[in-house]
Amino acid sequence: MLNHSKISLESTPQGNRFNLSIAEVKEMAKKLRRHVITMIATAGSGHPGGSLSAADIVTALYFKILHHNPENPHWPDRDRFILSKGHAAPILYAALAETGYFPLAELSTLRRLDSRLQGHPDSNFTPGVEMSAGSLGMGLSFAIGVALAARLDSKGYRTYVLLSDGECEEGQTWEAALSAAHFKVDNLTTIVDYNGIQLSGRTCDIMNLEPFIRKWQAFGWHTIDIDGHDLNQILSACQEAEKMRGKPTVIIARTIKGKGVSFMENNVAFHGKAPTWEEAERALKELD
Amino acid sequence: MDEASTRETYGKTLAELGKQNEDIVVLDADLSPSTMTNLFAREFPEHFFNCGLQEQNMIAIAAGLAASGKTVFASTFAVFVVCRCFDQLRLCVSQPNLNVKIVATHGGITVGEDGTSHQAIEDLALCCALPSFTVVVPADAIETAEVVKAAASSYGPFYIRLSRPKTPIVYPKSYHFTLDKAMTMRQGTDATIIAAGIMVAKALEAADILAKQDIDCRVINMHTLKPLDEATIVEAASETGAIVVAEEHLAQGGLGSRVAQTVTRKKPVPMEFVNLGDRYASSGRAEELLQRYGLTAGDIEESVKSVVKKK
Repeated sequence: MLNHSKISLESTPQGNRFNLSIAEVKEMAKKLRRHVITMIATAGSGHPGGSLSAADIVTALYFKILHHNPENPHWPDRDRFILSKGHAAPILYAALAETGYFPLAELSTLRRLDSRLQGHPDSNFTPGVEMSAGSLGMGLSFAIGVALAARLDSKGYRTYVLLSDGECEEGQTWEAALSAAHFKVDNLTTIVDYNGIQLSGRTCDIMNLEPFIRKWQAFGWHTIDIDGHDLNQILSACQEAEKMRGKPTVIIARTIKGKGVSFMENNVAFHGKAPTWEEAERALKELD
Repeated sequence: MDEASTRETYGKTLAELGKQNEDIVVLDADLSPSTMTNLFAREFPEHFFNCGLQEQNMIAIAAGLAASGKTVFASTFAVFVVCRCFDQLRLCVSQPNLNVKIVATHGGITVGEDGTSHQAIEDLALCCALPSFTVVVPADAIETAEVVKAAASSYGPFYIRLSRPKTPIVYPKSYHFTLDKAMTMRQGTDATIIAAGIMVAKALEAADILAKQDIDCRVINMHTLKPLDEATIVEAASETGAIVVAEEHLAQGGLGSRVAQTVTRKKPVPMEFVNLGDRYASSGRAEELLQRYGLTAGDIEESVKSVVKKK
């Protein structure tokens, strides 16, 4: 197991080292979506819908926003990205591989015995994975701890956490929401991938979250409502969150589950089902 | 025997440690006047977070702080931190092996009058089922101070169980705790009593009574349930030929189960068990409850007599 007390002290230049243009991020997001399809089809199991809905957000973070250093995953001053919705592990692995945390060839080992790419994110196995996740509703709390540590150490790094809308049904998410406001955690950006679908149906039918934005506001948060597939909106929302002082910010990113693959879009069935090879080929053609 | 509060010692020890180590952060869930983490909070308010009545949130916040290099102590009553937060302990702390020390007060039935909802009697079984956790039940206040210091200076998750009432002092002030070594409190050749926490003092009392009946009992304080000092158990089994395990816990999954696994595998000898069996207790004064539910020196005495007959 990793000993987290043994962290590297090396430094790295400020800013996102990739800093792709908007057009390039768009292309990269497509590429990461292709990885997601291939990985899950190869593994024969996994959750394509929530990886595809989060693809633009995750790509923007890794290629435009986060200060991070793939050669030194434990660089103490790195911005932290915490994937609370652990079932979207494939999109995180695709981003980590494309930014150089591990070889691209490893993506095809997803979910296999002895692979570093576990079915859900595991900080013991995978370079760049900040938190073991997969039991929903814990990530926001964990991220608050990371953000409080930055404050205690007077460090300037920023923590980003990606939640699913479904996991906002978990009570712990709202415990965390109360406490982030109470502790005035303003060095944390929370993003909700609001794709409206969970395993067994539409969120509004299974356990309605609305009025969602008003809930966050009532809990003391600054809220930003965006189209989660519009890169300009993702970037400007992250900049706005960074400027907010004295209260936490949540970006409600309205997304489409399965985004980019016509027959997966808004399709409950592809929450947790791998595409067949034939379906994967069709999906890859659409993402070409 | 003199008595002292293990939780007050905990608070004082934390406040001392805070002076030596600025990476220590302490979390509590609205119970700091009871867990005595308020003694730390008073000295280091910026390193203390009262998480309110949000135990699950507290454990995952603790994990985030620990993943960022902090040595985190998180406290509340044993029943709330273990039973309510088991998934958080499992996925946020145990699985990633983070440096979080759970110091739970009000363990066992000696919580007393508050009743079943507040009596953690399954916490040791649950925590022993968390890979990477070290599980310790100090016998008195002197040992508590040593254990808390040892936890602060060793990497990895800890579960430390303390009690609500004052506990008899069984150690001299000069006592030095060694994590992986059980403490033989008294030598003996006819049988061995292995105990932890408040049952250590009861075991010593039982050994005194038995000595008057010409039964020479060894008493071992098995303060650390995990990792278990198997060598000391095997030695006791070989040299005394009979073992009684006494604990303030259910029959399943605690110290008794763990010692029995070692004895059956490495040196099978007759065993008896003094514990709560498979039932919840009730409200009452601590000493009354120990009597009612079979956790007295007399109960240990009877078990020793019965195990000696099986030799």
